[in-house]
Amino acid sequence: MQPIALDAMAASVPDGAMLALPPDNSLPSVALAKAIARRGVRGLRLVGVPVSGFATDILIGAGCVVEVQTSAVSLGEAGFAPRFTAALRAGTIVVRDATCPAMHTMLQASEKGVPFMPLRGLIGSDILANRPDWKVVQNPFGPEGDIIVLLPALSPDVAIFHAAMADSQGNVWLGRRRECATIAHASQRVLVTVERVVEGNFLEDERLAPGTINATYIEAVAIAERGAHPVALLDEYGFDAAYVSEYARMAKTDAGFQEWAAREIFHPVAAAAE
Amino acid sequence: MDYNTEELLAVTLARLIRDPEAPPARHIAVGAASPVPAAACWLVAKQGAPVRLSLLHKRSGNPFTEGTRELFDLTGQGRIDLFFLGGGQIDGQANLNLVGTGEWPGKGVRFPGSFGSAFMYMMTHRTILFREEHSPRVLVERVDNISAPGVSAPGVFRRGHAQALVTGRCVFRFHPDRGRFSLQSLHPGETVEEIRAATGFDFDVQGDIPFTPAPTPDELALLRGAVCDEMLETYPEFCARVFNRKAAA
Repeated sequence: MQPIALDAMAASVPDGAMLALPPDNSLPSVALAKAIARRGVRGLRLVGVPVSGFATDILIGAGCVVEVQTSAVSLGEAGFAPRFTAALRAGTIVVRDATCPAMHTMLQASEKGVPFMPLRGLIGSDILANRPDWKVVQNPFGPEGDIIVLLPALSPDVAIFHAAMADSQGNVWLGRRRECATIAHASQRVLVTVERVVEGNFLEDERLAPGTINATYIEAVAIAERGAHPVALLDEYGFDAAYVSEYARMAKTDAGFQEWAAREIFHPVAAAAE
Repeated sequence: MDYNTEELLAVTLARLIRDPEAPPARHIAVGAASPVPAAACWLVAKQGAPVRLSLLHKRSGNPFTEGTRELFDLTGQGRIDLFFLGGGQIDGQANLNLVGTGEWPGKGVRFPGSFGSAFMYMMTHRTILFREEHSPRVLVERVDNISAPGVSAPGVFRRGHAQALVTGRCVFRFHPDRGRFSLQSLHPGETVEEIRAATGFDFDVQGDIPFTPAPTPDELALLRGAVCDEMLETYPEFCARVFNRKAAA
């Protein structure tokens, strides 16, 4: 397996793609999100699995996004996601609200190759009332009157996330954050950034295999050291709270976001460091 | 003995967790950014109750090996006994709004979003609602948008409801049979009249309402010692502010 350049990976994401991202506690590739923003991709439809964080907010701020399907968008302790909130208010993005287990279930249906899966709960929530693509049916195996929600299979065009390492075979290892495996199994294309590439085959190591995603699901790997930053990466590095707080403060206005982005996304030194 | 608001709230939540009239709390899940509920759960555990705690955002030793969907799968099976929820708006029928005010999906003030509430509230055996801010802006007559419903129509599959709503000023009990809250206790210094003025929904008051019992010295010692030890990694700022303890560098 030969890793590709980060910019080449970003260049392979077409305008209008449905792009799935894990949240800030589960290995988003912030480095790739920044590279996508630098390339000026437009019309992205983001999918938060199951919620959205920092990478989603910077892509919205950079004007790359027309739609967000997610269960929440937040910067955690740093508060509300400012560019998401502003874009929703301005009407420049469509927000399709969901609830966490529904996001997982729709992807699990794609994993299994079935057209839909049922999920309990939801009935009586306005989320359901605002999702014409979700249907309520009589449980065909249950007593009369037992109704249940059916969710359509969701198969994003592209999934991106950051893993600790890849091996010579193109397998990637990310430990117990298995929602990334669900995203990988369910998506048409999977692009992964890693801290490093190591010799060998993780699937031949009994201890590494359970935290590995098989190369069969992965289209390309790019090396991006500290590629999750400012988000934490497993036990390798922690969450950079000061960085996210500064972002939250500056991105309250579009002008503030542009100033932040000029320094952290578009500046040649920032770009070279990715 | 001196104590602060967070300590009173943690102790109050812990007593609700241990309430012998409520379904047993063998396995409790605690969501992100919930230091007071997490402190309450650790207190119950350190008091010796046989409880399993699954803290969703624990970085080292995260309880889930199948990703976050495992929490929802466990809950779908009925293996999570107790969960905590809050809301940007909570109404008198215990409906929760985590989406936002105004027209869907929060054209007024947008909140982060519903997270797992539309599922967890209905599939967990019981839920304790916790929201420190007690004001007419949060506690409303009717939420603008329902993320998760407080009660369900007959026949809709549902395992549990809100047990109580704990705020920075009082404790309400929830009665799913009549879809209403009643005032259970007042935090020290509060009056029924003040609570009525600060609450946007109508609620029941039966007889004299007692004050919320203060933390005991034993409870405070556990909170500031063994509980704080467990929380330092996940909630360093909370531990520094509430327990005056800093994580080792």
